Amino acid sequence: MEEKVEIIATDEKQEFIVNMGPQHPSTHGVLRLVVSLQGETVKNIQPHIGYIHRGIEKMCESITYPQIIHLTDRMDYLSAHQNNESVCLLVEKALEVDIPDRIKVIRTIMSELSRLQSHQLFWATFGMDLGGQTCYFYGLRDREMILDIFEETTGGRMIVSYNCPGGLMYDIHPNFQKRVKDFIKYFRKKLPEYDTILTGNVIFRERTSGIGPLTLQDAISYGITGPSARASGLSCDVRKHEPYSAYDKVKFNEVLFSEGDTYHRYMARNDEMRQSMNTIEQLIDNIPEGPYAVKMKPVIKLPEGEYFQRVETARGELGLFVISDGNKNPYRVKFRSPNFVNLGVLNHLAKGFKIADLIAIAGSLDFVIPDMDR
Amino acid sequence: MRFDFIASYVSAFTGPWWKFLYDFSLLTTPVHEWLNGSVSPFWTTVIEMVVVGVVFLLFYAVVGLFLVYAERKVCAFIQNRLGPNRIGPYGIFQTIADLVKLLFKEIIPIKNADSLLFNIAPYIVIIVNFMALAAIPYANGLHAIDFNIGIFYILAVSSMSVVGVLLAGWSSNSKYSLIGAMRSGAQIVSYELSIGLALITIVILSGTMQLSEIVEAQRTGWFIFKGHIPAIIAFIIYVISSTAEINRGPFDMAEAESELTAGYHTEYSGIKFAFFYLAEYINMFIVASIAATMFLGGWMPFHIGNLEGFNMVMDFIPPFIWYIGKTFFIIWIIMLFKWTFPRLRIDQLLTLEWKYLLPINLVNILVMSFLVLKGWHF
Repeated sequence: MEEKVEIIATDEKQEFIVNMGPQHPSTHGVLRLVVSLQGETVKNIQPHIGYIHRGIEKMCESITYPQIIHLTDRMDYLSAHQNNESVCLLVEKALEVDIPDRIKVIRTIMSELSRLQSHQLFWATFGMDLGGQTCYFYGLRDREMILDIFEETTGGRMIVSYNCPGGLMYDIHPNFQKRVKDFIKYFRKKLPEYDTILTGNVIFRERTSGIGPLTLQDAISYGITGPSARASGLSCDVRKHEPYSAYDKVKFNEVLFSEGDTYHRYMARNDEMRQSMNTIEQLIDNIPEGPYAVKMKPVIKLPEGEYFQRVETARGELGLFVISDGNKNPYRVKFRSPNFVNLGVLNHLAKGFKIADLIAIAGSLDFVIPDMDR
Repeated sequence: MRFDFIASYVSAFTGPWWKFLYDFSLLTTPVHEWLNGSVSPFWTTVIEMVVVGVVFLLFYAVVGLFLVYAERKVCAFIQNRLGPNRIGPYGIFQTIADLVKLLFKEIIPIKNADSLLFNIAPYIVIIVNFMALAAIPYANGLHAIDFNIGIFYILAVSSMSVVGVLLAGWSSNSKYSLIGAMRSGAQIVSYELSIGLALITIVILSGTMQLSEIVEAQRTGWFIFKGHIPAIIAFIIYVISSTAEINRGPFDMAEAESELTAGYHTEYSGIKFAFFYLAEYINMFIVASIAATMFLGGWMPFHIGNLEGFNMVMDFIPPFIWYIGKTFFIIWIIMLFKWTFPRLRIDQLLTLEWKYLLPINLVNILVMSFLVLKGWHF
């Protein structure tokens, strides 16, 4: 009701209301943006979410902890591995299970591969949002190779469900190390191509630099995380500040910029691809021997209490909060999903810019809609 | 004897059959005279109009379908794909299959749309296309109309296509369409200026606006070589602004699929959508033809000074092949633009035109006039 009143009110101000979505090529899913325009200039944006709400948090209350993992795949499907990991880490922390190094290292490699393919898809779709359709095919060509590696080891390409409380579902495929090394060798050669076709392009620079600047102050007050916040200079990498799995053993740089515009949000992801490759290279030859899973009780029950675990997904910080009453099902589960929080800043960033800039800004925040709605 | 004309008609065919390739008027003049002798001048005109009209319809369809296919193959080549390869060898019949599909598709009526304007908009775009195609010299003597203000006529006619686009956007009762149409209006009105001025530079050099004479004047050398640097600048400006004029990437603001879904033809379906789609490609063909005619010598072969042997080999290639080759070279450049560059924003697009291309163009005209006055061109 409130929404209706406001639309009528803005109509009297001679503003042009355009509904972008839920079916729109650039909202990357079923996000609906009610955009009021004055000419080409964006005056106000009202995001409407909930078109793909599945009640994952409520569903989690009636299933066991190992089952929750399979739901988390369906939230941010491009960071499926990190989502899985958050549940496993939380359960292991609550039950105080010691995890062997082999599992930690494999989890880290898998997380970084996930991040890599997510940023590749970001690059591909961001290029397409700006009208460069060739980028899409370049990005997907290289992403296929990572998905093939996933498929060989985990059996799934996007929905991997590779983690389980206490370790991994299965051991890595014998080809895994070789294929990952081959891929990194290949991708190091291909990454400069990305820069040639998009980063160095004068039209791309014009379209992105100075567009939708996010100050450090705003990044903190809106709670932005992930590469979008690091482009504004906010050091918020969970992998650095609260290392989990094997992140305390590897050397990598937290990519930080201070400008915070669309171009630097893009560059932050672009540079993170290089950092991810460095991380994988440090670990891939040193996977320790050992079991791929620790024996857990057949029915996992968390002791009564409240637990919190955060991981760094490709889009920002995923927080998992669980209240347990000692049963095999959690009493309450809450996901702090990075996309939902990052969406909040869209209106602030895009106000006063053109429609085309709105698409660029939304693209640079790299939304995955199922993660917002859960 | 009533059948005297047959003798004169046959006599026109004596000699090698391929001589028509080099001078098409050898074929058309006897036919015209025969018609004039057999029926009244009025019916001659009617018959000739019908024949030329049918030929243009066929030409339009063939070129349109071929360009759609070519675009899909070129973009596939750039994007590491194969492109259409199922229907016919190398998928050459794919576009025909697409056309048949579009012909049979339902035309969805739009609620609250202005149905009269909505229905005539695609036809306006198509008619404008035909009018422009008629004035282009395709080969020596292969020319539907050839009058003294040819290039002026083409400019005037091709700028009318914006009317169809604006009508389509306005009558669709869709906000995306309206924004797309308004963008397209602003864009075409701005870039029409650059196109006109770039072509005026060449008109100054050639001293005529008649297309056949412009081509004839390039017998000794194409204008892009004759006119020194101003002609090259004019050529570059022409290619950029004609890409904008026909709403193609990186200037495809009017249909910017990531912002406005499909711009002004969002609400069209079936064959009416196909009309817009074909018209877009024929527009590309027209602007490439003009570029080839004005800058690259039209159907005129490539000659180097006194190199007789080389010139003879070049003359051996028929004029129509020269014309098609040059046109498709320009089309290929325009296609490369689209598939390698991201899209500009509407204000950047207008800035490019009014702050850069237009002043450069005006100075360029001055320089060219000076060159022509002093006789410094070749």
